[in-house]
Amino acid sequence: MTSGLWELVLQGIWVTVQLLFFSTLLATAVSFVVGIARTHRLWIVRFLAGFYTEVFRGTSALVMIFWVFFVLPPAFGWQLVPMWAGTLALGLTYGAYGSEIVRGALGAVDPAQREGGIALSFTPWQRMRLILLPQAVPEMIPPFSNLLIELLKGTALVSIMGMGDLAFSGNLVRLALQESAEIYTYILLIYFVIAFLLTRVMRGLEKKLKAGVGKAPRKKTAAVPVPEGSGVS
Amino acid sequence: MNWDWSAVSDFMPHFWDGLLVTLQILVLGSAVSFALGLVWALLMRVPSRWVTWPIGVVTEFVRNTPLLVQLFFLFYVLPEWNITFSALTTGVVAIGLHYSTYTMQVYRAGIEAVPVGQWEAATALNLPLRRTWTAVILPQAIRRVVPALGNYVISMLKDTPLLMAITVLEMLGEARLFSQQNFQFTEPLTVIGVAFIIISYLASLALRALERRLVH
Repeated sequence: MTSGLWELVLQGIWVTVQLLFFSTLLATAVSFVVGIARTHRLWIVRFLAGFYTEVFRGTSALVMIFWVFFVLPPAFGWQLVPMWAGTLALGLTYGAYGSEIVRGALGAVDPAQREGGIALSFTPWQRMRLILLPQAVPEMIPPFSNLLIELLKGTALVSIMGMGDLAFSGNLVRLALQESAEIYTYILLIYFVIAFLLTRVMRGLEKKLKAGVGKAPRKKTAAVPVPEGSGVS
Repeated sequence: MNWDWSAVSDFMPHFWDGLLVTLQILVLGSAVSFALGLVWALLMRVPSRWVTWPIGVVTEFVRNTPLLVQLFFLFYVLPEWNITFSALTTGVVAIGLHYSTYTMQVYRAGIEAVPVGQWEAATALNLPLRRTWTAVILPQAIRRVVPALGNYVISMLKDTPLLMAITVLEMLGEARLFSQQNFQFTEPLTVIGVAFIIISYLASLALRALERRLVH
């Protein structure tokens, strides 16, 4: 591979990282807004948030990307820059998955904590901000870490729309060299390295957040082989 | 926004063709991923790191890289090695392989959840290893993991449109073809979007019913 082709790959990495960053921001915002809305006391807010989750979780991310690229422009008369269209589609879809994580973690906080907040006459917003979220957020990190990897894998979808991300640069190099094994191996390895770095960062974040609420980070779950007939239960 | 119902009715024959292909991919891909996942899960229990280590690395790699690039890899690289499959077969293999790295963890959890007493009973009855697995452990383990496997079938459904990138005409492929021929993007894309929501909703209802039955 020549240096010019490597430059293409580097540009691809940069686009993928940018897209990952922006769609992570949007997905996080959507997760928290929708996830918290699902615990709201008004049924209509809960219903709307649940409806959003069902719709965006129910459809395929790729179909969503097609929809944002092809249906939104004629319907509303404006066209998004590919980067923002990709961010919008990915952020909304993965935000719907994330909202389930937020809802689950909020539901898992000890009810006595909420009751304590009521007894101290905190407003609902204070309860959420000062009592529930600080305890729920550290619990969300491991599932969010998995979701982040899914999102990274999802960013490859925009290459189908011709955006020059990492997967797309792989296709360009394949066309240039008429040879595919090498370049696709490199592309897969690069994705793997990014995913590995992300899990590391998330693990560090989890450690830090859990220390903030006085909890030990989750033990690394080693696969425990079942002792055959050893009598230990 | 202008919505044209005649475009919808023009698209419907193509939609049914696409739906059929999507369901084909889903059924075959699920079969591949269930079978391969079980193989990985069992191999991971072989008491030798020469087996578990390579399998662990490979499955971790497959799980953490995009399915789309894996599809491209199989679609373009296999012919270079003089292995030619149809696009559909390649897609089914890729999606099955990708999801087998998820189902493998599901099986592992299921196997680990079988009480130790079951293993001890099998040892006490002097059952050979093969019988222990097929008659004691796996029937209990798999029963427990059916709902989790079903969840992966639903997420696999949502990944089937990726096969469009390697020329398979499933629902999204049909919609794109129709759009490009008729310059009508809104209707076919919306129809298949709604179809995905309906199918995955029905599937999750069916799954919940199955779960309830398996509990008893």
